[in-house]
Amino acid sequence: MTIAVIDYGMGNLHSVAKALEHVTHENVVITRDARRIHGATRLVLPGQGAIRDCIGELERTELRGMVDELLAAQKKPLLGICVGQQMLHEHSEENGGVDCLGFMPGEVRRFPVDMSDESGNRCKVPHMGWNLVHQHQKHPLWEGIDQNEHFYFVHSYYVEVDDDSVLFGATDYGRVNAHVATGRDATFAVQFHPEKSSRAGLRLLENFVQWMP
Amino acid sequence: MGLAKRIIPCLDVDAGRVVKGVNFVGIRDAGDPVEVAQRYNHQGADEITFLDITASHEDRATTVEMVERIAGEVFIPLTVGGGIRTCDDIRTMLNAGADKVSINTAAVHDPDFVYEAAERFGSQCIVVAIDAKRVSADGETPRWEIFTHGGRRPTGLDAVEWAQKMVELGAGELLLTSMDRDGTRQGFDIGVTRAISDAVSVPVIASGGVGTLDHLVEGIKDGGADAVLAASIFHFGEYSIPEAKRHMTDNGIEMRR
Repeated sequence: MTIAVIDYGMGNLHSVAKALEHVTHENVVITRDARRIHGATRLVLPGQGAIRDCIGELERTELRGMVDELLAAQKKPLLGICVGQQMLHEHSEENGGVDCLGFMPGEVRRFPVDMSDESGNRCKVPHMGWNLVHQHQKHPLWEGIDQNEHFYFVHSYYVEVDDDSVLFGATDYGRVNAHVATGRDATFAVQFHPEKSSRAGLRLLENFVQWMP
Repeated sequence: MGLAKRIIPCLDVDAGRVVKGVNFVGIRDAGDPVEVAQRYNHQGADEITFLDITASHEDRATTVEMVERIAGEVFIPLTVGGGIRTCDDIRTMLNAGADKVSINTAAVHDPDFVYEAAERFGSQCIVVAIDAKRVSADGETPRWEIFTHGGRRPTGLDAVEWAQKMVELGAGELLLTSMDRDGTRQGFDIGVTRAISDAVSVPVIASGGVGTLDHLVEGIKDGGADAVLAASIFHFGEYSIPEAKRHMTDNGIEMRR
């Protein structure tokens, strides 16, 4: 039993690996080795920084083809985190427009720069800090996590889907309703950082480790 | 209901121990950084900032080890600052488990370092620490300048303009410390907090001068800060994080439960 955190060179993967090690006795590896990824029982697709760089690195490291195949097969559970969620959808408006992996419908949009909350305070971008996640549908990964629980976010772009079947959680920021948890089949993806979201985040990771889709 | 404001306890660490100068007289030992970080995590702190105030080179290895140990136990965001001068320093801290690094003096010496760091690691992990001191006399239009070396050395840089420049270069967050208030327990310098918070698009953490829970409320409500940082009021058991959060909530500020 091995959980592979896919390392295509974007972002700090140590936090994710450490948090997974905290909730399971299973082997956690950070790897870009095709055989190890194929041999793993579960996959984590992280992502940080600009989406064009993430997709670009996935292609440069020759992992793109394998990730596409794994997504098409849906044989093992996969958790997308942050830009790892965004990449799973169709298209992002970041970097002048980038085609993503297209595993789920939906667009990745930027938060408007001029938003205010209901008290008139400016909503800063990036959306950074703890915000409430409203669960739209039941899912094994929500098990034991309260409705409207706080999770930790750091992002300037967010996913917007028009297909309710893939929507599992949303968060309000300014006038935006960001679709921060999406999924289909054996894949679940979140915009927030479960590895930095204290008890609720660790619970989500624990649920992922036990998930048998 | 929405994005919660953050309370960030700060660990000033020297040679592997949490320390805090009290009223500039002497240094009080506040414990082992890993234990202190765990305690704040259990109390519901929203983030932890670890400032390495160690001067000697040998102790840097101790710092990296401390960061690794905290990151293996505490699953909330961890910012590490103090002595971050190169992209290698940043890489070392991120690999040790830090989520963000705070750049201070190096940004003043070479502003392009902030650009380079943000390009390489992403703005989300680059915090620029700004030490500001009021330079205008009473009755004049308020003006603050950037100081280095613990507030002793003026740079002639206007604090608000500097903050805007840092954000343009890629800072994802600003940690603003008032050198006039730091260690005084008289509350944040609300003027500079408000001026910078209004002038930039990224989150601002207010720091320097917290002595009461009302000061935390003022930093958010009057200063417009997105987060408040404090050290001594928490370290010596004067107030706990839950007490601080309750006080904020009672004053209409949204907090993480």
